[in-house]
Amino acid sequence: MTVNLDQVEPLTLKGQIAVPYTWWVGEVGSKFLIALRDEAKIIGNRCTKCNTTYVPPRKNCGSCFTDIYEFVELGNEGIVSAHTVVRFKYPLQPVESPFAYALIRLDGADVGLVHIIKRDLDRLKNGVRVKAQFKDPSERTGHILDIDSFQII
Amino acid sequence: MDNIAIVGAAQTTYERRKKDKTCYDLVFEMTKQVLEDSGLTLKDIDNVITVSNDFLDGRTISSMAVGEAAGAHDKNVSTVEGDGTFGALYGAMRVLGGFNTTLVVAHSKGSEGDVKHITNAMFDPIFQRFLGLEAITASALQASVYMDRYGIREESFAQVSVKNHGNAKNNPYAHLPMDLTIEDVMGSRKIADPLKLLDCSPVSDGAAAIIIANESYTSKAKTKPVWIKGLAHCAEAYFLGDRDLADPRSLRDAAEKAYAMAEITDPMKAFDVVELYDAFSYMEPLWLEGLGFCSPGEGCKLLDDGITTMSGTLPVNPSGGVLSAHALLVAGLARIIEAVLQLRGEAENRQVPGAKTALAHGINGPCGQSHCVWVLSSEK
Ligand SMILES: [Zn+2]
Repeated sequence: MTVNLDQVEPLTLKGQIAVPYTWWVGEVGSKFLIALRDEAKIIGNRCTKCNTTYVPPRKNCGSCFTDIYEFVELGNEGIVSAHTVVRFKYPLQPVESPFAYALIRLDGADVGLVHIIKRDLDRLKNGVRVKAQFKDPSERTGHILDIDSFQII
Repeated sequence: MDNIAIVGAAQTTYERRKKDKTCYDLVFEMTKQVLEDSGLTLKDIDNVITVSNDFLDGRTISSMAVGEAAGAHDKNVSTVEGDGTFGALYGAMRVLGGFNTTLVVAHSKGSEGDVKHITNAMFDPIFQRFLGLEAITASALQASVYMDRYGIREESFAQVSVKNHGNAKNNPYAHLPMDLTIEDVMGSRKIADPLKLLDCSPVSDGAAAIIIANESYTSKAKTKPVWIKGLAHCAEAYFLGDRDLADPRSLRDAAEKAYAMAEITDPMKAFDVVELYDAFSYMEPLWLEGLGFCSPGEGCKLLDDGITTMSGTLPVNPSGGVLSAHALLVAGLARIIEAVLQLRGEAENRQVPGAKTALAHGINGPCGQSHCVWVLSSEK
């Protein structure tokens, strides 16, 4: 016997998977997040083989497949190399739309850092200079959002 | 490479919500259908590959739940978690490695979970995920770099959406066949600039399957074999900021390898039809550049010149592409299946007359972090 949908009430079941994690951020990641929290500074690191300065810093250079040792303090300012103004909402966004995501080439870095821009969205375009706005020291926890956002200069 | 061929293909229609089918049902149906298409029986299948994603299915080791539906009871079964082109590539490797046949089946029901939450989880949990980034906004960043680099206007991307949704009208499997104008696309709801609703693919439910066989086994199948002449994949950096998003270098590398294997030197001359992974309108011209059909920055010109339309010399996505039906993971396998139908001459209203050589393409990871390129031919 085949059961067709018109012969049976189509039931669905609601559920959710919510798994708590405690991620070890690594020693290099720790150094980066601690510098955000305690000093309001952004640090990267430089692969001496290909001369690439990475941010966030990382333990190894993927393209050279070598360890990276040299930490570099980067500027809190940089240039927007890509951006999008977000018009839709969903629960995981850190602020209410409209806001923007941008790839930011910080002074002294060779790669882009993804972060958010909250204000002056009408002035936002690739090539504009932006500056990191840190949260108040009491609100910083060693988190990528210790940088509240970047602001167009 | 030994001669191997695709001897069976099956796909579901793609739609917003398949409320009358569980994932198991979809896999079972496709397995049955691909066997029927090939004329083979389950006894002829040596090896099974399922393609699924745990977050999409809402269970860990999701592959284990669909093994029996894929006819893998008592068989060698393994899984690829990624786009169907990569599952099929693994399947081809199994046949090259000594199996006579491999059945590859992919499924997804995006309607049952929450795709934005799921694509957010593909980003690094420490440095990126808390920013709320997901597939659409990451792709919007890529579109931003691409437009800036070459001075491309949004209207050029809109034209891709018009073409592909129009092509979808000839494809009975497509989710969104539509008659559109550039103005319709430009005026559609803004999602993440420069992407508007009609620049984005839908989330579809669907499933698909193929059977790959070695040369000696192709005569057992009733279908006209479609020969795998070249295939390759390549990946690049995980962090978006590490990559030049306007230069799909992993695609260039994968294409070069696949073309070398198939002895193709001039892709524009070699291919009769292309099915590529256009999850967003801007991806079609960008991937065409990566595939070497034109110089960097010239991708939009191919459509302006009419080359990639159905009446052009290189129709791209006659099926309507991923813009018109996007079952995650399945969509790349659907590109291969569409290429197979073209080469068998069974693509009906979307048939490119006399197509002999086709390219199928899939992606994995944000903004095409990795690419898989297939060269298929009706001739051995
Ligand atoms: Zn290096």
